Amino acid sequence: MTQKKKNDSKSASSDRGLYCGVDVGASATKLTLIDAAKEIRAMVVRPSGVDYAATAKECLAQALSEAGNASKLARSVSTGYGRHNVKYADASLTEIHCHGIGCYHYIPHSISIVDIGGQDNKVIRLDDTGQRIDFKMNRKCAAGTGAFIEEIALRLGVKIDEMDPLARRTDHTVRLSSFCTVFAKTEILAHLRRGVDVAEIVRGAFMSVIQRVVEMDPLDTEVVLTGGVVAYNPIIAEIFSEKIGRRVEVPPHPQFTGALGAALIALQQSTNE
Amino acid sequence: MAEEKKTTIKKIRSAGPMRQLMADYFKELDEASKTGSPQIAWCTSVGPAELLRSFGFLVYFPENHGAMLGSSRMAPDLIPAANAIGYSPDICSYLTSDIGSYLRKNTPLTKAFGMETVPLPDVLVYNTNQCRDVKDWFSFYERELEVPCIGIDTMRQIGDITPEHISGLIGQHKALIPILEEISGQKFDIDRLRETVKSSYECTKGWKKVLRIAEKRPSPITFFDATIHMGPAVVLRGDDRAVQYYETLNAELEERVANGVGAVDDETYRFYWEGMPVWGKLREHAEFFAEKKSCVVASTYCNSWIFEDLEHEDPFEGMARAYTELFIVRSEGYKEKYLENMVRDYNISGIIYHDAKTCPNNSNNRYGLPLRFSKSSGVPHVVINGDLNDLRLYSEEQAKTQFEALVEQISEKAK
Repeated sequence: MTQKKKNDSKSASSDRGLYCGVDVGASATKLTLIDAAKEIRAMVVRPSGVDYAATAKECLAQALSEAGNASKLARSVSTGYGRHNVKYADASLTEIHCHGIGCYHYIPHSISIVDIGGQDNKVIRLDDTGQRIDFKMNRKCAAGTGAFIEEIALRLGVKIDEMDPLARRTDHTVRLSSFCTVFAKTEILAHLRRGVDVAEIVRGAFMSVIQRVVEMDPLDTEVVLTGGVVAYNPIIAEIFSEKIGRRVEVPPHPQFTGALGAALIALQQSTNE
Repeated sequence: MAEEKKTTIKKIRSAGPMRQLMADYFKELDEASKTGSPQIAWCTSVGPAELLRSFGFLVYFPENHGAMLGSSRMAPDLIPAANAIGYSPDICSYLTSDIGSYLRKNTPLTKAFGMETVPLPDVLVYNTNQCRDVKDWFSFYERELEVPCIGIDTMRQIGDITPEHISGLIGQHKALIPILEEISGQKFDIDRLRETVKSSYECTKGWKKVLRIAEKRPSPITFFDATIHMGPAVVLRGDDRAVQYYETLNAELEERVANGVGAVDDETYRFYWEGMPVWGKLREHAEFFAEKKSCVVASTYCNSWIFEDLEHEDPFEGMARAYTELFIVRSEGYKEKYLENMVRDYNISGIIYHDAKTCPNNSNNRYGLPLRFSKSSGVPHVVINGDLNDLRLYSEEQAKTQFEALVEQISEKAK
């Protein structure tokens, strides 16, 4: 997938080159190019695959091409689990740091960022100045992550991109009690045997993800949801909001907040040099 | 380019003499096991070792063997053997890896010291101040080897230690005497016990000095070094050779301090490690923190072999107090106060809590302590999920990301 933003080469900001943030996640690699005015010039996402270095390189080539042939790269920062595999990165930082910077760019006040990724969840709390207060990661288990959703989709014979519209077909939510993804699939078998609508089970799977997240933290400030799971299933934000009884924010391009944060850091580091 | 760099860990010269001392200790045990003399007592890590030595027993510590099974990474292959005979993968992985080692007839002592098996016991002596698992662990060998198993049942979650606590524990220690007299054929000798306790106390003083020198900036020693160099304090307390070893080690560390040599180059951040080490990952963790200019300067674990209350005119009261003063036996309130003192003394930047899946008593993150303490002290923390021995329960990438994110958080705040 490629997304191009405000690609007007007349911007004087681009004369100073472009700043790249690349987030090599367990499932997908996301790359954002910004210019000196912090305008997004290109966004690319690809499956991370098995060769993180090659995927990151391909993402960059594609993004530079989208941003215009004359584009030159001023600085790159990598993040995500595969951050150390990005050969062209000038620096690397954790996705915890980069998600914070990326979210604060859009929502500049005290927030609790909930990032639901392919294989892990994070809760990152920022204060009013954007300074990180603390963070938590899920225990090493697929419960409550994108991997859980993928497993459930596989069991139900539903494509990933069909899950959001399916869940919207009903207001009923099947309760999936198990922490364990495999046992949750066994629970689903029981529901299917009883003739429960697949849409209700999908909604139940989304609720299970949310349940695992709210168990991680009191979430006592404004909640901001990010990550690929939310990007592809925006209904999760709606169900989340119902669950906690408060509005939940989703920044623009929620899958790219880590990459955007990394790009903003690249720009800042370049300015400081 | 953002490639991970390997950092050289600075070698401590005294590691040579320490290895020799440990080799001597195991050689004596091996010979005794083969010849039947002197007799051998197995003892839990903070069990009544001094009392046993006063009877002339050589003392072997299965928990030390557990740590060796972890650091040699043999544990994950051996644990399933214990699981298969009904010992759950959720209980102490020292226990399961040690029993697995016994069942599979495979011990790291073979490679390290040329021993065919662990030394065989004449008596098994526990103190449940560590956990209930040690008693279950020794009970396995009681049944398997038909050896008497005796011990001390310590109370848990103690706030203030009262005279009633102590009198009960003194009574339990004294109740072991007639049984040990019968097994050893030796009459109890209070003077020998006093001498042994005195030597043990001298060892504690030396070991404490080693740990306290890490208050210096830069610290001449890391937590990861200390987990290795605590060996003599664990297995040879009550034996003057341990006292001499810490004189050697302290001289080297003082030399480092005098020359301004830190264990980690350009030490910038100082961490506290709460909980068990991940034995199979010591080197990786040491390198990771060194690369981040971070030194893990203090830990609850290494401080758990400091027994200052051994200095007492009545050796029984000294032992009863020393083995109950322990962090692991105490209430949450005591633990918070303890951490407060450590953070102050060592000038700690952040705390790493290791939630060891199979070791609840050494996982102090489970009753809200990290959040309470960070809130009251302002010191940030992370909780990593892992285990002391069972590497199947540890996620390297997740742990490293959390370490790194904590370093980033502290460095951002410092700007």
